[in-house]
Amino acid sequence: MPELLQFLLSGITVGAVYALVALGFTIIYNASDVVNFAQGEFVMLGGMITFFAHAAGLPLPLAALIAIIVTAGIGVALNKLAIEPARGAPVVSLIIITIGASIFIRGATQLVFDKQLHRFPAFSGDQPILIGGATILPQSLWVIAGALAVFVCLWLFFTRTLIGRAVLATANNRIAAQLVGINTNYVMTLSFAMSAAIGALAGVLVTPMTLTGYDVGLALALKGFAAAMLGGMGNPKGALVGGLLLGVLEAMTAGYISSQYKDAAAFVVILAVLFAMPQGLFGRKSTDRV
Amino acid sequence: MSLLQIEGLGIDFGGLRAVNDVGFSLKPGEIVSVIGPNGAGKTTLFNMISGVYAPARGRVVLDGEDVTRMPPHLLARRGLSRTFQNLQIFQSMSVLENAVVGHHLHERGSVFADLFSLPAARRRSKASEDSARALLDRVGLGRAAEQEAGSLSYGALKRLEIARALALKPRVLLLDEPAAGCNAVETEEIDHLIAQVAAEGVSILLVEHDMKMVMRISNHIVVLDHGEKIAEGEPAAIARDPRVIEAYLGAQATEAKHADG
Amino acid sequence: MRLSSKVTTLLILAAVIAIAPVFFPSSYYFRVGSLIFVNGLAVTGLVILIGYAGQISLGHAGFAGIGAYACALAPVHLGLHPAFAALLGAALSAGIAFLVGRPILRLKGYYLAVASLGFGILVSMVLSNEAQLTGGPDGMAVPELGLRGALKAIGIDLSNTEFWYAFSGFVLVLGAWLALNLHHSPTGRALRALHGSEVAARTVGVDVAHYKLVAFVLSAVYASVSGSLLALQNKFITPDVAGFMHSIEMVTMTVLGGAGSVLGAILGAAILTTLPQVLTIFQEYEQLMLGLVMMLVMIFMREGLLPSITRRIRGRGE
Repeated sequence: MPELLQFLLSGITVGAVYALVALGFTIIYNASDVVNFAQGEFVMLGGMITFFAHAAGLPLPLAALIAIIVTAGIGVALNKLAIEPARGAPVVSLIIITIGASIFIRGATQLVFDKQLHRFPAFSGDQPILIGGATILPQSLWVIAGALAVFVCLWLFFTRTLIGRAVLATANNRIAAQLVGINTNYVMTLSFAMSAAIGALAGVLVTPMTLTGYDVGLALALKGFAAAMLGGMGNPKGALVGGLLLGVLEAMTAGYISSQYKDAAAFVVILAVLFAMPQGLFGRKSTDRV
Repeated sequence: MSLLQIEGLGIDFGGLRAVNDVGFSLKPGEIVSVIGPNGAGKTTLFNMISGVYAPARGRVVLDGEDVTRMPPHLLARRGLSRTFQNLQIFQSMSVLENAVVGHHLHERGSVFADLFSLPAARRRSKASEDSARALLDRVGLGRAAEQEAGSLSYGALKRLEIARALALKPRVLLLDEPAAGCNAVETEEIDHLIAQVAAEGVSILLVEHDMKMVMRISNHIVVLDHGEKIAEGEPAAIARDPRVIEAYLGAQATEAKHADG
Repeated sequence: MRLSSKVTTLLILAAVIAIAPVFFPSSYYFRVGSLIFVNGLAVTGLVILIGYAGQISLGHAGFAGIGAYACALAPVHLGLHPAFAALLGAALSAGIAFLVGRPILRLKGYYLAVASLGFGILVSMVLSNEAQLTGGPDGMAVPELGLRGALKAIGIDLSNTEFWYAFSGFVLVLGAWLALNLHHSPTGRALRALHGSEVAARTVGVDVAHYKLVAFVLSAVYASVSGSLLALQNKFITPDVAGFMHSIEMVTMTVLGGAGSVLGAILGAAILTTLPQVLTIFQEYEQLMLGLVMMLVMIFMREGLLPSITRRIRGRGE
């Protein structure tokens, strides 16, 4: 039993990171119908910038704040320079553009910083906490709390604030949103800023446990994307549940089957979900109009 | 003996009854028009008959065979073909190629032969190309054959869709607003074309807003309002039917008033 | 008389392949050339899938991996000649594409992209993890094709790099010929029709699911043969051939040059294959440049380089 609990705890920790990446996907997808393959780079940037700011002598919280703000700025730049000019392009083009952005950011990071792996100290020490025979790192609690907090904030944002509803309206029908006076460009900018900030936050939270380096983004993007799709694209609840499910699934596969194939398990399940219910767990069905 | 029989057809969208309990039949060579105000469910009805939407209730019977919910490509094999209200043209292909694709069922063959451009494949292509050119001449697009389809005018594209649908040598042809966006001359041409095709024994189901045209060429008219059939009969009878005037012409009169105001 | 676009394309391609060596200052360029042709072949397959049928795949490197490892494994374990091993790989790829394609191709857009990506990653994972069979991430040796020796026996003596330049060039022209035949055939028209409008293609009788599968299987065979050629000429193979980045490179080459045009896509392969060779001096800038090129071309030349350029030239001519 403690074994199962242990796998569950580590699965939830990893899953919380996937959920954060998936939430980032969801925001941009909702506002623009773009799946941003550079989402994982935001996580990488969050970790890398924090490390270098901290190494330069800034206190960790300040370094983290700077990282989140800078990454949000990079998200906005990505929208202005690459996504907005390509509005209306076919899906294949948008996939290439965001993958291009991902490779570009990776290349720039290795130039500006370096190609080493880095970590900075955990927020509340490295002393494992004992729960029912299993252990969990304090940093894991930070990650899980972070994911939950972001989810709750997003939920409040989308349901309780005017601007949040404007984002949803833009997602629903861009032209109609413009007609009722919503500044859709602003909504797009805001979405990219938020999405990048959430990604960076994930990077800040997870780096003390998993380390960061210029090339960690892609794998995270793929997992986060898989999680978002598992839950149903565009649905924040789906992103959270999908992320946690995926994390637990990976941990179980690694624990009970084969650690080599833990990544495979994730993709096998994604394929199965896509075939059985292409709209994901919480997605809506769509009807093509002719 | 009817060629196409529609029985109690219905579909809901999110709890809303878009079309309910609609039934009528088509004999070979007959022209039946479906009319009704905007949003009456005409195109939805077409989509159900042609297999694009799966109806929730009712049956579609083609030549004695139940074809309800059959996918469009299998309906095409059974001789049912259609055009679209909002054009569905293969934009990046030439006008000729659009018409050639209509011959798909006649020209398809082994992929192997196509890859190696074997004589059999070339023969198939040649035959459908010759037939496509003849069809383009028939709808007045013979000269535009080599142009990119995207460059044609709206009216010309409507005719191209008809040519493409005729390429199947259909037994039943569904035309969704074939004269929309056409000028008076073009409308008359389409009018003649439809009559000609029907004279060859093809049953035609027509959705059209041009009432003059509908009254002129239809053998039979079905009137829809709010997804339900409110009347059917010969054009002269329909034109006099008070329910139709109330639902359809009344709505049009208000529409016209709005347009004037 | 005006030459058909098919003949023109093949003539241009064959002429460039035949004449380019005149300007090669060293044998290194034969090597780059044959890499371009190998990539060009995979990309020609993707023209059928992406350009004709309008379906995306981010997992085709998986098929390249199957083709490559077939050449490494079948000669050792089954005693097959490497040429037959390549054919076996192609058949295996076709079979797997047939099985995987059926469910995958029901999906559209991003969903299709992710499902195909998942497939590609699974293949590369198996290749890296089954180390006792594949040598794992360190890769494994691939036997000699032996065709060069046979040519020598009949009096054609080519150096190793020259041979692979000529041979992969020949296979590329063959592949391009088949893809161009397909474009103007009933099958090609059905594919382009379902790309333009699935619902309209259905109503003229096109079995959309069947034709998507045809495109998927054909492009898988192209990728597989490309992988086999790469393995045979390198005489060594690692799981990277099936990796995600290779899939991305393949798709990028295709859309960079112009997914709708065989010649354009091969041009895309030439550019993206040469770029890293040119940039070896600036190796740190390689990723930066690659990412930048991908974004700029897709933003400013959506149809890809070749179609955008020819359109511009024609526009000026009128």
